[in-house]
Amino acid sequence: MLDLNPGLTIWTIVSFIVLVAILSKYAWKPLVQALAEREDKIRSALEQADRARSEAAELLKKNEESIARAEQEYQIMLRESKLLAEKMKEEIVGKARQQAKQELQRATEEIQRNVDSARKELRGEVADLAIKVAEKILDESLDAQKQKKIVDTFLGQLPRN
Amino acid sequence: MPIEPRSVVDTLNHASATIADTLHTAGTKAVEEGGKFNFTELLDHLKDSHTVDLPFTHIDLPHFPPIVIGGLSIDLSITKHVFFLWVAGLLLAIVSISAARRYKKSLVPKGFTNALETAVIFIRDEVVLENMGKGGLPYLPYLLTTFFFILFMNLLGLIPFGITSTSNIAVTAGLAAIAFVMIQVAAIRAQGLAKYLAHLTGGVPWFLWPITIPVEFIGLFTKPFALCLRLFANMTGGHMVVLSLIGLIFIFQSYILSPVPVVFAAGISLVEILVAFLQAYIFTILTALFMGVGIRAAEHHDNNH
Repeated sequence: MLDLNPGLTIWTIVSFIVLVAILSKYAWKPLVQALAEREDKIRSALEQADRARSEAAELLKKNEESIARAEQEYQIMLRESKLLAEKMKEEIVGKARQQAKQELQRATEEIQRNVDSARKELRGEVADLAIKVAEKILDESLDAQKQKKIVDTFLGQLPRN
Repeated sequence: MPIEPRSVVDTLNHASATIADTLHTAGTKAVEEGGKFNFTELLDHLKDSHTVDLPFTHIDLPHFPPIVIGGLSIDLSITKHVFFLWVAGLLLAIVSISAARRYKKSLVPKGFTNALETAVIFIRDEVVLENMGKGGLPYLPYLLTTFFFILFMNLLGLIPFGITSTSNIAVTAGLAAIAFVMIQVAAIRAQGLAKYLAHLTGGVPWFLWPITIPVEFIGLFTKPFALCLRLFANMTGGHMVVLSLIGLIFIFQSYILSPVPVVFAAGISLVEILVAFLQAYIFTILTALFMGVGIRAAEHHDNNH
């Protein structure tokens, strides 16, 4: 069993060399190349996916930032407009109040004036009427001197105003 | 109780195909010798011969007159082991080339291509890149062929009527001779001839060279020699155990006991599947390791300068 047949060894070597030559060209080279190609493909696909993911994350961050900024701007605008509205309100109310005051004053003055003139008119008319009445009475019983005395007394009894 | 070998063959054909193949030969011989069982003749099954056994028939392989070179006569006849060497090579070529063709259609592996790819990637990453670095990639086709060729030869012995060529020491010697050449080629190409020869001196003062040079020189041959013997012994050993177990049936000449060796032999056959892969792997990784030593030595030198 341990006898070495050199012919068999030669056949082994020859067959092996032929096999290596054939398989290197037609099997191992394309196979190993295909494997390397696929590995490259997977690696680049993974890298691409990684890149896409980080890009998406960046985009999301940007979006969130702009949303926050918009929110902030909105808050500021809201506050400003509230303030403005408050001011306008106060202005309008103040103006209205002032106008009302003026109007009131003017009305009071006019009333006062009317009252005064009415009183003056009334006083004159009353005096005239009294004189006329007195004249009528005195025409019958009194002279001019007595007449005047009676009028003065009458007038003195009238209220001061 | 005398038994009829033919009926034993028929029974065992169903039990274990590997064993049936063995029994076919043994049984035929036993009949020829008038029912007498000769165990040493059973072991002849392991020897090289000029016939290939097939179911119910056999092929006679051609004899060539030996070529005489000097005092050595070389018989280049196609023997049983050469035949199965070629069967293994042909199967490997069909399988690997068809797998490579499939990659042209699509980079996604399918079916058997997956299994082959796993082995190819394993040899590339764990054997070549691990032991030889990137400098080992040019030798990848050689190591892939070594692995798969040995694997296919080993596995052929496990199918019915198949023969393991690697159980012949002449075949493993041929493989080891190629490994020897490749180890030296890798070392010389990586280091240059001058440094390669300088390594043979072992880096000791010149007056010690008469000791170191023969030692280093013999060291070059021991590694492939170990490769040759290891593969041969492992592949012969398993078959011998199976044959010995089957031989027990004929020695005891008993139907009742026969299932025991059959079960044991079937178990050994399962172990042999593992051994077939393991030995192909060991031969390949050791070759890669020895080549890697030469390549790494060159890299080491470059770093020092």
